[in-house]
Amino acid sequence: MSEEPKPEETQPETPPESLVVRRVREQVPDAILAVSESLGEETLVVRCDLLHACMAILKSDPELKFDFLADITAVDQLYLNEQNRFVVVYHLCAYRAGRRLRVKTPLPDDDLRVASIYDLWPSADWLEREVYDMYGIVFDGHPDLRRLLMPDDFGSYPLRKDYPLHGKGERDNFVF
Amino acid sequence: MNTATVGSMDRTDMERIRQERASFERAPDMPAETMVLNFGPQHPATHGTLHMVLELDGERVVKATPHIGYLHTGFEKLGEHRSYNQFVALTDRMNYLSPLSNNIGFVHAAEKLIGIELTPRCQYLRVALAELSRIADHLVCVGTASLDIGAFTAFLYGFRAREVLYDLFEAVTGTRLTTSFARVGGLLRDVGPDFPDMARNAVAESLKATEEIDKLLTHNRIWRDRTEGIGRLSAEDAVACGATGPVLRASGVDWDLRKNEPYLVYDRLDFDIPIGENGDVYDRYLVRMEEIRQSARLVLQAVDRLPSGPVGADADHNVLPSKDDVYHSMEALIYHFKMTMEGHGPIPPKGEAYGSTEAPNGELGFYIVSDGTRHPYRVRVRPPSLLHFAMFPRLIKGHMLSDVVAVLGSLNIIAGELDR
Repeated sequence: MSEEPKPEETQPETPPESLVVRRVREQVPDAILAVSESLGEETLVVRCDLLHACMAILKSDPELKFDFLADITAVDQLYLNEQNRFVVVYHLCAYRAGRRLRVKTPLPDDDLRVASIYDLWPSADWLEREVYDMYGIVFDGHPDLRRLLMPDDFGSYPLRKDYPLHGKGERDNFVF
Repeated sequence: MNTATVGSMDRTDMERIRQERASFERAPDMPAETMVLNFGPQHPATHGTLHMVLELDGERVVKATPHIGYLHTGFEKLGEHRSYNQFVALTDRMNYLSPLSNNIGFVHAAEKLIGIELTPRCQYLRVALAELSRIADHLVCVGTASLDIGAFTAFLYGFRAREVLYDLFEAVTGTRLTTSFARVGGLLRDVGPDFPDMARNAVAESLKATEEIDKLLTHNRIWRDRTEGIGRLSAEDAVACGATGPVLRASGVDWDLRKNEPYLVYDRLDFDIPIGENGDVYDRYLVRMEEIRQSARLVLQAVDRLPSGPVGADADHNVLPSKDDVYHSMEALIYHFKMTMEGHGPIPPKGEAYGSTEAPNGELGFYIVSDGTRHPYRVRVRPPSLLHFAMFPRLIKGHMLSDVVAVLGSLNIIAGELDR
């Protein structure tokens, strides 16, 4: 609820609401937490429980048609003074219109889960597995959520900010 | 032809395979028994280290399960502890076929974040170098793909021409493979006066090799039997699975970042984007062959129009000053010191940027989050190979065992950027 005043403040500053924001707001009214544009890149911050609904609209809406999922990644905001520690970042592209969009969804610290978008874009398969592998974020509905790069019995999530650069001695204990 | 090695499987793999076999549903006319074959991690046709567990019915691939991570080096983690110019050296190691393209791809994203405008000379030089490395990449890709299928001669022709290109890279950058040549806002140094002639010579040699490979393969009955209709990817699937570059264009999708989201000076140069029809191994080969010719056009145009002037952009605190200035001006020496010492380097403002370039294999994206310090807070590499290899099980399903290397060769998986 505390986020509510923020969009009202920012709305007058950006009077021409972009097509993407308008179409998503029409169909999922409460989903968008913030909108920003910098360096020519538009960013939507959406609620993580409504992420899948937003993504479905972004993909299938005839005016938007973001049919190409370029990338999925996450950022550990431990040292960034943000409210939520983890944010999952999606990069979409509507290649016919030549439009790009970044969608970010912050996750609650006690429940690192977000819906998988594998059913919308098959390319999400390994991208989501890598985020799970590196950050421990669980993608609900992913058909085969296993570690991608690290060994299956690797206990930590190496791209988290509290994981040391030199590891925790896994190499020394590894049996060849 | 020996296409796979029956390696020893460790215990965890056997357990996983048992589970996978248990979940597999057989068609009614299929025999009850299938064989599990390990392809890799060490196999000449993987051109890197990757591992596939192939489930075979006779010689037909029923299911392929890729396992990756053998070359996982933690570049993204390491990048958070390196300055922007230091990260350029890591981008070499991600792609051992066209490191220059990776150098240029990363600094493109960093410059977008910092807001640096490049000098015209730097832009034309980057185009020339990126296209030369695209030619080298495609020559190796076509050469090794044909080697895997059994056409040894084309491989030798490709590598002979690549040698000329690598001599050029050595003359320009000082190294053959780990070029680390791009710097934020410019290049490591200017090229020598003989660069245009060397580039023209390298282009001529590459085109000669391309024509020779073309004569050997394009209408070769054996080559076409091995490649036509193999590993087909429809245009819809290609977009949905995140294919980019020659793989996407072979499926008939007209999408190339150099045309659609022009960067550097690609919008001022004249070139065409080849498009395939069937999206099979043969079309991917044809697209790569035509891209070599188009890249040759681009190199010649860039070299002919190469403007004079400085290479480094005019942004004092973020761009390495030229060596000449460093020797003759105290301010430049101080800036040089500030740029290269441990803990120093370009400092972008707080923010985030996603910059992507058309690397030889497809869209190479770098997503950088900056917290306003000299180290990136987060560097994400979006490698084309990761998405391409992820769809491999889809492409190979139902094909013969010997087609595994054909499809793998056509995707040009670079294990370095696959695992990062």
